[in-house]
Amino acid sequence: MPFMLPSILRNVFSGPATRPYPANPRQPFADARGELVNDPETCIFCSICAKKCPSQCLAVDKELGTWEWDPFACVYCGVCAEACPTKSLRQTNVRRAVARDKQSVAVQGQPKPKKSP
Amino acid sequence: MKTSILPFGPQHPVLPEPIHLSLTIENETVLEARPALGYVHRGLENLVAARDMHQMVQVVERVCGICSMIHAMCYCQALEEMLDIQAPPRAEYLRVIWSELHRIHSHLLWLGLFADAMGFESLFMQLWKIRERVMDINEATAGNRVIVSVNVVGGVRRDIDEDQVAMIEKELVTVEREVKQLSLTLLTDFTVKKRTKGKGVLTREQALELGAAGPTLRGSGVAQDMRQLGYAAFKDLDFEPVVETGGDSWARAAVRFKETLQSVDLVRQALAGLPQGDLAVKAKGKPEGEATARVEQPRGEVLYYIKANGTKHLDRLRIRTPTFANIPPLTVMLPGLELADVPVVVLSIDPCISCTER
Repeated sequence: MPFMLPSILRNVFSGPATRPYPANPRQPFADARGELVNDPETCIFCSICAKKCPSQCLAVDKELGTWEWDPFACVYCGVCAEACPTKSLRQTNVRRAVARDKQSVAVQGQPKPKKSP
Repeated sequence: MKTSILPFGPQHPVLPEPIHLSLTIENETVLEARPALGYVHRGLENLVAARDMHQMVQVVERVCGICSMIHAMCYCQALEEMLDIQAPPRAEYLRVIWSELHRIHSHLLWLGLFADAMGFESLFMQLWKIRERVMDINEATAGNRVIVSVNVVGGVRRDIDEDQVAMIEKELVTVEREVKQLSLTLLTDFTVKKRTKGKGVLTREQALELGAAGPTLRGSGVAQDMRQLGYAAFKDLDFEPVVETGGDSWARAAVRFKETLQSVDLVRQALAGLPQGDLAVKAKGKPEGEATARVEQPRGEVLYYIKANGTKHLDRLRIRTPTFANIPPLTVMLPGLELADVPVVVLSIDPCISCTER
């Protein structure tokens, strides 16, 4: 215990090590892995993201032009955003907020017209 | 004197994870300890049938919630060997940086839990306060605190830029200073020595015979560290395995404490020698055959065996984690101890039960 005395004294005179959350939340790091954002304008609904996803939290329908993401099944690895051929899907640095109910995020875009045979 | 059998765990205040020990006791003295496992089996190895070999990188990261990056690195090394590709030099250095950061925060976490098991709450808080700096480095560079997901078959997915190198070096100075400030308390304090010196002794011969791994083995005087194999960039870095000869709980704590400082030095060496170049090579093809890889985790040697059959799914994945090797030594450490010392000695092997049961 006597060897802890300098640390104890330092802690008495320095500020608290924790911050008053939630009044003062920490700002996210620039490279933090957060929520996914998909732009329906540039998405081609190729479903490469859904095929690469290790937690299978993405569902894409080319015919209907829908892209659906389950933020509660997502492991936030960012593989999908890296695989996106049009860079329409990107990962922000903002973490998913806590929620009372599980909800998925759906994006509706224009389905690609079928090529005439 | 009549003996009785006392169940220790699977739910016990000192155990973060469920392991059951049947302790045969006479009065307060332990005569025999029989471990029983199987409370948190998740079947991760079986997921190779449902996920392709590239998606499995994210699965094996979840084998351990503390040294996740090292599991993924080992898996990637095994697949790279099978695909006959070599990760670029920059990727190998970055792997060393993140794996050593994981070792630092894992050892700090364990030292904190060890202090907590002895009832030394303020030391526990101090150690975890330091650990938080390492978690911040992980989050700032890799994006996540623990499951950093930086590995990919053929290299890494994230880079560390100049600003981040400066940030890591600055934080490591503080981490090193704060850890060193606690060295007298951790290694020489009367209370700590009273609870750990001569408790749970594992001799060198017993450690070798029972196949102990990692700090449990090195605490018994065997200089064996898988990093000496020279995987990733360890072949270019200068380090010697930390060895203690006592074989008791104190020796195992001292090995981990010194390894924390050694890892700080290794991260510095890797940052100083970080070469320029690509981050990953493309992993093409569907391999066929078998491969093994072994790396040094904070708890010891981890071994990955993979068998591929020429499809995108692997045929078999087998993971042998260090705690699996360190449970048999518990059966010789515990007999002869007072019941009150059992929690501290059980914790001294740094049991990671979720790893062991996968």
